[in-house]
Amino acid sequence: MALVVLFSVLTILFGPGPLLADEAKGPVNGDTIVVGSIGDASILIPMLATDATSHEIAGLIFNGLVKYDKDLNLIGDLAKSWDISKDRLTITFHLRHGVKWEDGVEFTARDCLFGFHLITDPNTPTAYSGDFKEVKRAYAPDPYTFVVVYKEPFAPALSSWGDIVILPEHILKGKPITKTNFGRHPVGLGPFRLKEWKTQERIVLKANPTYFEGRPYLDQYIMRIIPDPATMFLELKSGGLDWMGLNPIQYRRQTNTIFFRENFRKYKYLSFSYTYLGYNLKDPLFKDKRVRQAISYAIDKNEIVRGVLLGLGVPQTGPYKPDAWYYNPNVRRYPYDPERARELLREAGWIDHDGDGWIDKAGKRFTFTAITNQGNPLRERTAEIIQWRLKQVGIEMKIRTIEWTAFINDFIDKRRFQAVILGWTTGQDPDIYDIWHSSKTGPKELNFIGYKNKELDRLLVEGRRTFDKKKREKIYWRIQEILAEDQPYTFLYCPMSLPIIHKRFHGIKPAPSGITYNFIRWWVPKDEQKYIMP
Amino acid sequence: MEVVVYILKKLITLVPTFFGITIISFTVMHLAPGEPMAIQANFNPKMTPEMRQRLRAQYGLDKPLYVQYLKWLKGLLTLDLGRSFSPDRRPVWEKIKERLPVTLLINLLSIILILVVAVPLGVAAAVRHNSLFDHLTTVLVYVGYAAPSFWIALLCMILFGIKLEWLPISGLHSLLGYSGMSPWEKVLDWARHLVLPVAVSAVGGLAGLSRYTKSSMLEVLGQDYITTARAKGLPERKVIYKHALRNALLPLITILGLSVPGLIGGSVIFESLFAIPGVGQLMWTSVMARDYPVLMGNLVIVAVLTLLGNLLADIGYALADPRIRTGISRDEGSRP
Repeated sequence: MALVVLFSVLTILFGPGPLLADEAKGPVNGDTIVVGSIGDASILIPMLATDATSHEIAGLIFNGLVKYDKDLNLIGDLAKSWDISKDRLTITFHLRHGVKWEDGVEFTARDCLFGFHLITDPNTPTAYSGDFKEVKRAYAPDPYTFVVVYKEPFAPALSSWGDIVILPEHILKGKPITKTNFGRHPVGLGPFRLKEWKTQERIVLKANPTYFEGRPYLDQYIMRIIPDPATMFLELKSGGLDWMGLNPIQYRRQTNTIFFRENFRKYKYLSFSYTYLGYNLKDPLFKDKRVRQAISYAIDKNEIVRGVLLGLGVPQTGPYKPDAWYYNPNVRRYPYDPERARELLREAGWIDHDGDGWIDKAGKRFTFTAITNQGNPLRERTAEIIQWRLKQVGIEMKIRTIEWTAFINDFIDKRRFQAVILGWTTGQDPDIYDIWHSSKTGPKELNFIGYKNKELDRLLVEGRRTFDKKKREKIYWRIQEILAEDQPYTFLYCPMSLPIIHKRFHGIKPAPSGITYNFIRWWVPKDEQKYIMP
Repeated sequence: MEVVVYILKKLITLVPTFFGITIISFTVMHLAPGEPMAIQANFNPKMTPEMRQRLRAQYGLDKPLYVQYLKWLKGLLTLDLGRSFSPDRRPVWEKIKERLPVTLLINLLSIILILVVAVPLGVAAAVRHNSLFDHLTTVLVYVGYAAPSFWIALLCMILFGIKLEWLPISGLHSLLGYSGMSPWEKVLDWARHLVLPVAVSAVGGLAGLSRYTKSSMLEVLGQDYITTARAKGLPERKVIYKHALRNALLPLITILGLSVPGLIGGSVIFESLFAIPGVGQLMWTSVMARDYPVLMGNLVIVAVLTLLGNLLADIGYALADPRIRTGISRDEGSRP
């Protein structure tokens, strides 16, 4: 579990994919892709959904005004283009003409306005209204123009107009959103349409023949819900699945047989998440920056990547994914250096006075408890490796794993922890105000380690007020420098996503945003098609 | 008449029991840390504190626990189980209803399979007490009982699904073309998908029932009337199946009665392994999401079935065994 930054779950993004010049025959329509998922979707109204599966499916049925391309740049989707006023307060979207909802009604600015009113309606139980509170006014001067005026310049605003807000006004107007059956029978305008949804069994989507970017090559998308990972892997082996995410052991050890080489292709790319060791900065043990730096030096991150991820990941150096455009590769690093760690601890007054192997200060041994959530074996193993490394510099770390809800409610929210091993999902936008700004240390807020840094606060605000990419890059580079120096977290690793997909699918090209950005341009040659539709 | 009075008395005692169950369930459920809001809102930076409060109010979580219970109870009395707390907000009954048939079917088939195999097995073992056959079956059913079912299931999947390619691994229907099948093909398709889950879930249940049958059969076979029957020169077959078995099956009534709630209980492990959309999985996800209305709805159904199962077992006993009935009439014998 991790931070659900909205766009991080909306990873299924589409673009007119690169033309497949390397494919001799060229793409053809047809065939079905069968995808395995651990959990079922809950509701296909994007603004009400909170789980990744719902967003994945809804992302194939709905579009937004804007979307991210394969290199994480914002580009137009239902909006052809947009203008930002001089004072950076007004965004004017110019919408595409002739886009049709599934029932043939044309999509217009009224749908945008309706979605906006709905998401800001206090009676709508959405978890995503936060970004829209900054909006002072929204209006539609004509059917193809949609204007939003903000109270203050707000750069992440642009990305908030993705596919969670646009809903068909002509169907939903005047109906209480929580009581309609729209969430089970959505009417969208995206590349696919819902054909069948059998609860906890499967979701079948069929290609939208009138999709405004051209129909997807694949006829159908079937998501099978298989809660047990072992069964899912057996289904893959027996031919019942075309696509699933592997774990590192499956990727390294269990998919190297002739069968897999002949039938499947494996992909790997950095996922939008990272794992960290965070310190409760209210705890006197971790107040001293040198102590946190020492721990960072004492932990061998490469070893964790090798041991826990079997090499399928990279050490993390800051809050961003290493292949994002705002990633700063030149920040202070903490390579494994136990000598350096001991030295820093000595400077901070932590010395093994009594010779028992543990360092101490004022008669008290350096001992703390790191908590992590139950059910994440990667984090538990990481904790054990860290425990062993810290012991070598004389720090005693105890590990405690706790059931997720209790973990959040009784420990994180109540700040009853010394250190925590946890992960964040990272978004496509570099804004990380909610996690690091000193105003976000209140109850239930996300800066639960209690990090406060005046310069960082100022930069975080500035980053949100700046639209220019170059200027933003500069701001976020500085933010990464500060975090690297202060080490409020010891950033540990960024794991890879490891999808395996049947070989008959062509046109898959991994990019920083993953592989699904050009999903509608995946195709299967006629003679390899497996599921022939009548 | 005696039986009717007996049933009525039993029924009346069930009412307070039922409400006791709901009160305890409701309280215990709310003792678990976290609430549905927390799950949806945890670690979501876009979630504002006002929104959190509003959602709590929408769910009624801002009210004292007893008010929440009374509100729920009011709904129950009008047969309204409320709406789910999950984002889909569907009516609870609708969510449970769509899962019930599959779970019922699988559990019924598995109970029938258990009965069909375990009873003859128990009888045969009793008749051939201490023979090689007896020992062998004892070992086998206990192995089935002791082996973790998920492990057996996975082994069967690998053997029948991947090595032999005889049976599908998981799910309920073929992926494509199910709607185009003839009714007979549909039945076959279902059957192919159900063989493994039903068989594997029955394996673990064999031990209990076959042992009960065996021991109660052994007891009966030692009775005088069996000796009498044999002395009359009745064929052994008739002695065993007509005279002995009938009496030996009495204790099984209780066991069957107690297994009624299990019919809809479902099993999280089986349903997850075989990707079957049953009640067990719904319960599990509801627990994890603290979806109180769905949990309570399910508990009500299980509670009703448990009580009904007990009642049925009592009635079955009363009908089958006159000693129980006469026991009652003797208590009330002073009033003619």
